[in-house]
Amino acid sequence: MAVSGNYYFAIVGHQDNPMFEMEFVPTNKEPKKEDHRHLNQFIAHAALDLVDESMWTTTSMYLRLVDKFNECSSKQVNKQHPSKTSASLLLCFLRYVSAFVTAGRIRLICLHDVKNDDGIKNFFMEMYETYIKVGIVRFRHSICT
Amino acid sequence: MRTALRNFLSPTKLVLRCGGISLSRGKSEVSGTAFALLFAEMVQYSHNRVQSVADLHQKLSELGQHVGVRMVELLFVRERNYKRETKLLSILLFVKGTLWKSLFGKEADKLDRATDDERTYYLIEKEPLVNRFVSVPRDKSSINCAAFVAGIIEATLNSTGFPAKVTALWHMGTAFMIKFDDTVLVRDRQLEGR
Repeated sequence: MAVSGNYYFAIVGHQDNPMFEMEFVPTNKEPKKEDHRHLNQFIAHAALDLVDESMWTTTSMYLRLVDKFNECSSKQVNKQHPSKTSASLLLCFLRYVSAFVTAGRIRLICLHDVKNDDGIKNFFMEMYETYIKVGIVRFRHSICT
Repeated sequence: MRTALRNFLSPTKLVLRCGGISLSRGKSEVSGTAFALLFAEMVQYSHNRVQSVADLHQKLSELGQHVGVRMVELLFVRERNYKRETKLLSILLFVKGTLWKSLFGKEADKLDRATDDERTYYLIEKEPLVNRFVSVPRDKSSINCAAFVAGIIEATLNSTGFPAKVTALWHMGTAFMIKFDDTVLVRDRQLEGR
């Protein structure tokens, strides 16, 4: 399956501890020289506070976009120097943060660079069901940590 | 004897067919006799490893918490159509209704708020299923094996984001005293103000 766009997915437990993480990068592209993938974890971690805040304002599990990284700055640069969008390489690194909070307050975080609301929602749903199936097994000790 | 003890032991059964678990509603009931036997063993096991009544309650509660954390996610998918609870009262009603129904086949008898403390709620069950075959020794009349169920409630509340301490008491049958953390009430008030 060809993946278009960069995705980073993480499951975060109650103590802000990562329980699972995975990256999805386009397979057909050659790796860029400047790589900011290491920022993914920082962006995801920074979004946790926003997730915690918005999870109490709605009863739905899917919180949609909770945070954006770099969106404003890249727009500003576009206006000021239309030709120099790559003034800073970091500015190319645009990430949206979508989140999903389960009934047991396990947070599923997804970072992506293209908007894909329905696709991510379905992905979250599927991951949630898989998570329950793994977590329900009696012989696993605690599923929250 | 058949007791409505639906899905209670299903996590154990599910291990055997872990690959093909379905999250849809299963209407399987567990034999009450088998449950009574298992629960008696659990009580005995715990009893052999403790020094005091408080320790026994604690130990049973810990066993119950394993059930609680697993029931939460499953019930919100099965019965609540992927909607979380954010209000204190609705999570209590979830425990009284949905959780109780899926564990014991009926709703809990009564939900009360303490008159003098708004952090404290009482969930009253006249004859908890777990106590049906338990006879309490006369010299230790404060033992209440429903501490196991208290553990289930506690884990449910803690994992849904309403930290609380739950204890099982003898009062109008068995009363589960639910004492919420201060943070829960503060947040609930903020949400109501919105």
